Amino acid sequence: MLFGLLPAALGPLFLRSLGETATMVGASAVLSTLIGLPLGIALVVTAPGQFLERPALNRVVGTISNLVRSTPFIILMVAIIPFTRLVAGTSVGTTAAIVPLTIAIIPLYARLTEAAMREVDQSLIEAAQSMGATPFQIIRKVLLPEALPGIVAAQTVTLVSLIGYSAVAGTIGGGGLGDLGVRFGYQRFMPEVMLAVVVVLVAIVQSVQFLGDWTARTVNHRIPRKRRVARAHS
Amino acid sequence: MNAAPRLSSLESAQPLSETRRDAVRIESLSKTYDPAAGPVLDDVSLSVRKGDIHGIIGRSGAGKSTLVRCLNGLVEPSSGRVFVSGRAITGLSGAPLRAARREIAMIFQHFSLLSSRTAAGNVALPLEVAGLSRREIRERVPKLLDLVGLRAKADSYPSELSGGQKQRVGIARALALDPKVLLSDEATSALDPETTEQILDLLKSINQRLGLTVVLITHEMDVVRRIAHAVTVLEAGRIAESGPTFETFAFPKSAVARSFLSSIVAHDLPPELAKTLRTEPGHDTDPVLRITFTGAGAHQPVVADLVERFGVRPNILHGRIDTIDNRALGVLAVVLEGGETLLEPIRTHLSSLGLSSEIIGYAVRPVAGRPRAAFS
Ligand SMILES: Nc1ncnc2c1ncn2[C@@H]1O[C@H](COP(=O)(O)OP(=O)(O)O)[C@@H](O)[C@H]1O
Ligand SMILES: [Mg+2]
Repeated sequence: MLFGLLPAALGPLFLRSLGETATMVGASAVLSTLIGLPLGIALVVTAPGQFLERPALNRVVGTISNLVRSTPFIILMVAIIPFTRLVAGTSVGTTAAIVPLTIAIIPLYARLTEAAMREVDQSLIEAAQSMGATPFQIIRKVLLPEALPGIVAAQTVTLVSLIGYSAVAGTIGGGGLGDLGVRFGYQRFMPEVMLAVVVVLVAIVQSVQFLGDWTARTVNHRIPRKRRVARAHS
Repeated sequence: MNAAPRLSSLESAQPLSETRRDAVRIESLSKTYDPAAGPVLDDVSLSVRKGDIHGIIGRSGAGKSTLVRCLNGLVEPSSGRVFVSGRAITGLSGAPLRAARREIAMIFQHFSLLSSRTAAGNVALPLEVAGLSRREIRERVPKLLDLVGLRAKADSYPSELSGGQKQRVGIARALALDPKVLLSDEATSALDPETTEQILDLLKSINQRLGLTVVLITHEMDVVRRIAHAVTVLEAGRIAESGPTFETFAFPKSAVARSFLSSIVAHDLPPELAKTLRTEPGHDTDPVLRITFTGAGAHQPVVADLVERFGVRPNILHGRIDTIDNRALGVLAVVLEGGETLLEPIRTHLSSLGLSSEIIGYAVRPVAGRPRAAFS
């Protein structure tokens, strides 16, 4: 049905674009988690009054992350081209697009996970300290597990944002579905391609959101199991 | 119960002989958070005997939580020293502080259980933190849950437990590393009276069975009455008084202790009654005597005795009898109609019975037809 709309020749191209989007989103999601989660943790535990209090460091990290976050993605992408070339060897193509995508999403992910971990009751940290837990144990056994539902939600938001950003990155040579939509749907007047791209993107975003919500609910034990099930079915 | 491995053989300076008997020793402890607000703790010195349940009572903001947090180093005092089972806590940091904390367990007003872990998982946390093997943890957790009568709930999450059950998990978790001292910060304040009683009974039985010293923070005198051997009254960061529970209840020295006791022991007359008394005797007044009955004396027919021996007509203004630390304590305020001249012999007689008495004022004789006061 959907692919019936497309000229047969565009089928493989469509699949390739889908693959490129998946590569860009997947790789930058993994990378931004690997870098963003430790940053989020650092933002929480080095805040004034916290157990690894480092106010100066906290301010520096916070300010840099705000700077990056307030720069429009398209400007950021162009601005860091030299860096992208340094890391990826080139500034065009799918691999190169992963660099600005990752850089742009790290502060968002760090801030969202920071917010999730800030929600963890201070008295739980105090309880762990009173047992003689080390800072690392507090992070691993209290902060992360208790904030897990929020961290999953943060992951969902960043994935959805990444899908949006990846369409922008596509237009500067990153490929992907956004690029396909613009090139064929807009420049070559093939509205059916544009429609197919939009439908697929909407379906992907919906699935990510659904899976994210479901996971967040499953790992959340703050609500009794019985009520959680009831809520999920209502 | 197995003894948890003592993870550290860190022994700070030779324990003094008196600190050996004291589970907790606090020396001239002061704490100021905000210099503008003044000290929160002001020169607090206190000893808690090994094996005692020691209540610390005070109004909200008196500094109780700050004091108890100085005992496990969650709060760094501004000056003074704290020793727990002979080891100096003040000034410790890093690994030595963490090792010391494993011997000082704590339970909290709002339980402070991890929502992400089951009851068993929560009890396992201190064992994991202390580095026990999985096998040891699996062995110890059910025993700890048994100790608080909660084995059947091992796989329930805190959100599926009642307040009392949550505090039981909190207690099992606190006992996991076989602590020497248990700190309790308002552990029953979020519970209903019935559950409070159960949790206090549990703490009492743990204290008796394991000989565990308990420092019990509360703002309710009734909690102290039920289980504390000794009590310290804290007011605005200073110790108002401190002593064995029964003596403090029977003969409170400070106004703040008396006001805490007012709902339990009738040391002070209700204000509307107190207002009607005069401070000086007059031609139209009768003396009002407060008689404190302690121990065996509480069961003597004192009022009838006064009538028979002295021919006075004691009119009871106010009174109450209660049991504190398994001893009876009664306080009775009586107007001695026509007793002015017999005061001294009456008081001598009372003291020969082992009862203490005190003149607390003078009641104006009622105008004919108007009753003086109601029994309350
Ligand atoms: N971390 C803190 N920073 C600043 N002030 C504090 C802090 N903790 C407690 N205080 C202040 O110290 C006083 C005593 O508090 P607290 O020890 O909690 O008393 P209590 O437990 O008896 O209610 C209060 O006035 C409170 O505002
Ligand atoms: Mg408090």
